[in-house]
Amino acid sequence: MSFSVSLQHRYAGFTLDASFDVPAQGVTVLFGPSGSGKSTILACIAGLLSAQAGRIALGGEVLFDRARNIDVAAEARRAAVVFQDARLFPHMTVRNNLLYGFRRSEGDAHDFATVTDMLGVAHLLDRRPATLSGGERQRVALGRALLARPHLLLMDEPLAALDAPRKQEILPFLERVRDTARVPIVYVTHALDEVDRLADTLVLLEQGKVLAAGSLHELSARTDLPLLSDRRDAGVVLSCTVDSSDAGQTRLQFDGGMLIVPPWSGVRPRVRIRARDVAIATEQPVGLSIRNVLPARVTAIAPHDDHECFVNLQLGGTFLLARVSRSAVVELGLAPGRDVWALIKSVALS
Amino acid sequence: MDFLTPQEWQAVRLSFVVATRSVLVSLPFAVLVAWLLARGRFVGRSWLDAFVHLPLVLPPVVTGWLLLLLFGVRGPLGALLQDWFGVRLVFTANGAALATAVMSFPLLVRAIRLSLESIDTGLEQAARTLGARPLDRFFSITLPLMAPGILAGTVTAFAAGLGEFGAVITFASNVQGETQTLPLAIYSATQTPGGEATAAKLSLISFVLAVAALLFADRLSRRVQRWIGRTT
Repeated sequence: MSFSVSLQHRYAGFTLDASFDVPAQGVTVLFGPSGSGKSTILACIAGLLSAQAGRIALGGEVLFDRARNIDVAAEARRAAVVFQDARLFPHMTVRNNLLYGFRRSEGDAHDFATVTDMLGVAHLLDRRPATLSGGERQRVALGRALLARPHLLLMDEPLAALDAPRKQEILPFLERVRDTARVPIVYVTHALDEVDRLADTLVLLEQGKVLAAGSLHELSARTDLPLLSDRRDAGVVLSCTVDSSDAGQTRLQFDGGMLIVPPWSGVRPRVRIRARDVAIATEQPVGLSIRNVLPARVTAIAPHDDHECFVNLQLGGTFLLARVSRSAVVELGLAPGRDVWALIKSVALS
Repeated sequence: MDFLTPQEWQAVRLSFVVATRSVLVSLPFAVLVAWLLARGRFVGRSWLDAFVHLPLVLPPVVTGWLLLLLFGVRGPLGALLQDWFGVRLVFTANGAALATAVMSFPLLVRAIRLSLESIDTGLEQAARTLGARPLDRFFSITLPLMAPGILAGTVTAFAAGLGEFGAVITFASNVQGETQTLPLAIYSATQTPGGEATAAKLSLISFVLAVAALLFADRLSRRVQRWIGRTT
């Protein structure tokens, strides 16, 4: 099942012309600088804004099709939104806020108690929104959206209004929502750390246009996308499964090999391997302290600056980026098609 | 209580009855008009705005006279009411209530409209995405959040209604026991030799009622603000 969006909309000084087709599961992050049109797209998906042209379909269900004059009302779309400013109803208790969408929907329910426990808001039920902290408000807003039994969960920069510690407080809850919600999530942000931690699929936007769309892993390995490669610590994000775990280390399985990491107790680990933490050897090295040495093949080499290059490596179905000096590329004779060994000095787990 | 004579009591009571009826009748219309003015996008919105505020700037006598033209026994609407419902407004308490309602309507609309404009439309959007249809949204979100304005407007309009003079005396006339409210009774007293005591007593009552109403409106609005979860 896929979620396909195609929108054309023009207003004062801004033109949106964006199309993407992504899997209707997991988290799709719309990423781009402010003014790139990501929130406009979200408003169109929610039904709060009618684009001048385009089509939005979730699986076989058409939510919007200008050409066929279909524009399902927002209240009938079952697309719950978590807004940046929470938008809790000030005259209701937390409990009644949480139940607002719940009472107005039918279908198999997330159990009220399960959701309040998961989001850590069970002790707030009788409070009014005005008495909550920013982080608590956002958790209640998440619960309210989840309990509305949505077919689509939309999040419009839910962390942007929070300070850094609050953000770190909410991110684990968002990960839980991602792992328990059985509906696709569309998540708008301009923060890369949220992309790394939450995205399964990524849609890169710039000035109202889609720059690229694909899995996070695939896009994180592309050096031609300025938004990603410009960051100082470019790197690839991998989703793994835990293969085995013992006191000293955890072995993570990914499509193309196995990674040995420090002990880890999560469920769906994702690791980020920075390009600068990957070295290349042309022969299998011996006597190294580095634990992760994996066979790989060079697929492309792209210049990074005057001194360094990004080398694209492929291991099975997985891509890696290595940042090496230009002189090393020449001395080692690195070229596309060459079989090498990738030495991974460290991985960041989340 | 011997402070007031029976006739004076009657005027006080009648003022309350007239003001209460006038507010009850005009409240639903005021909510509707306030909503149209705050949210409506239609041609003639500024004309409606001006029309609603007319009684505030027009001499009350003119308003009363216009009402007489419309609702008088031979007026187009007056005749209709008489023929269809057997209702006569001129020279009756209901007529006084109508004149009062028209005069205090702008106050009511203004207060409600202000509170409506202070509501973040984002809340209604959030309610939409949670599956609430328009009427549902209005009653579950918009109306409760308008409550401070509605209550404050009601109390103010009621207090102003207790003292409406010009339009009432023009339209409903000065009939003791029927349309002679507080201000009309005061006026009559000042026209009667030896009526100074009555005028003074009734004026004092008017003063106390007005101050009490204003204080009450203020307290009520704070209370309700707290009730709907806005810290003030």
